[in-house]
Amino acid sequence: MELALQDGTGESDELLVRRVRAGDTPAFGKLVERYMRRAYYAALGLVGSHEDALDLSQEAFARAFRARERLDPERPFYAWLYQIIRRLCFNFVRDRRTRRRGIESASSWLVQQATARSTDNPQKTLERREARERVTEALESLPDRDREILVLKEFEGLRYREIAELIGIPIGTVMSRLYSARRRLAAALEVKE
Amino acid sequence: MSPRDSVDTERARRLMMAALDGEISPEERRELDGMLETNSEIREEWEQMNRVKEVTSAMALREPPEEVWGEYWTSVYNRTERGIGWLLLSLGSIVLLGYGAWKWIEAVFQTEDLPLLPKVAILGVAFGLSVLVVSVIREKLFTKKHDPYREVQR
Repeated sequence: MELALQDGTGESDELLVRRVRAGDTPAFGKLVERYMRRAYYAALGLVGSHEDALDLSQEAFARAFRARERLDPERPFYAWLYQIIRRLCFNFVRDRRTRRRGIESASSWLVQQATARSTDNPQKTLERREARERVTEALESLPDRDREILVLKEFEGLRYREIAELIGIPIGTVMSRLYSARRRLAAALEVKE
Repeated sequence: MSPRDSVDTERARRLMMAALDGEISPEERRELDGMLETNSEIREEWEQMNRVKEVTSAMALREPPEEVWGEYWTSVYNRTERGIGWLLLSLGSIVLLGYGAWKWIEAVFQTEDLPLLPKVAILGVAFGLSVLVVSVIREKLFTKKHDPYREVQR
């Protein structure tokens, strides 16, 4: 998955960003439509609730639009947007913890992959649901940055280079963070077993 | 653990990640295999990492209802419009309230039949209110962002 995408319109991000800077709102609409899914899933992985992910990803686009003067057409638009998304999501999660409010439900934001669902019987279904709930709880118990790196790698399927570019860290640090995150996840899963 | 061991362990961990995520070169793979053969600790970690990878690979983010995408841009557009609206409304209100307060205080002080003490008290109330408003705004905008204990769960 590339950071800069082109859709059927044939217009590059760079061109659209230049038009947005010149005050072209429909050009911003095209950028929104191009990246709304990625923005939503990025937020979903970080906050773990559909409503909040929708709200925060839309807010990130709105803030990006308000700050369009600072957009650099030479740099990937999504990487810039992602910085807004992660800041909003981290703040949101921090405030939620402070308010001691639980998230909407323990298993609502993850599903079992289609390949793992192929052999259906009631016993298997129950086991799968339990496994999913265990993983969800373990992921939610991780520090924000560990959860973020796992979401980018495992659920968004980004390569190390893309993660490094998005978060703004060296590839070596991406690997070290992934290692720590997986160790913590393993520990969290073992505690719950 | 010697510094050399520490460097090797760090290298092994990075190679393990690269192997799990399909980003390892053939030479690096050989290097990792050599480490796995000779070091039982690394082998144990490798098995644990494989188990974790297996668990996370079986999961995916839940897809939202399809109609969400149809309304997405409209919602963003409404937000941007409302943002500008709120900004103008807030700025206008602050200017109007400030101007009104100034005029009111001016009128109070020009009233000759009001004794000096209530005039000073009114000035005190107005000044105190301004200090409180500025203090709350500063806390919201500045102090909260720089609170060193904000990550601490109370």
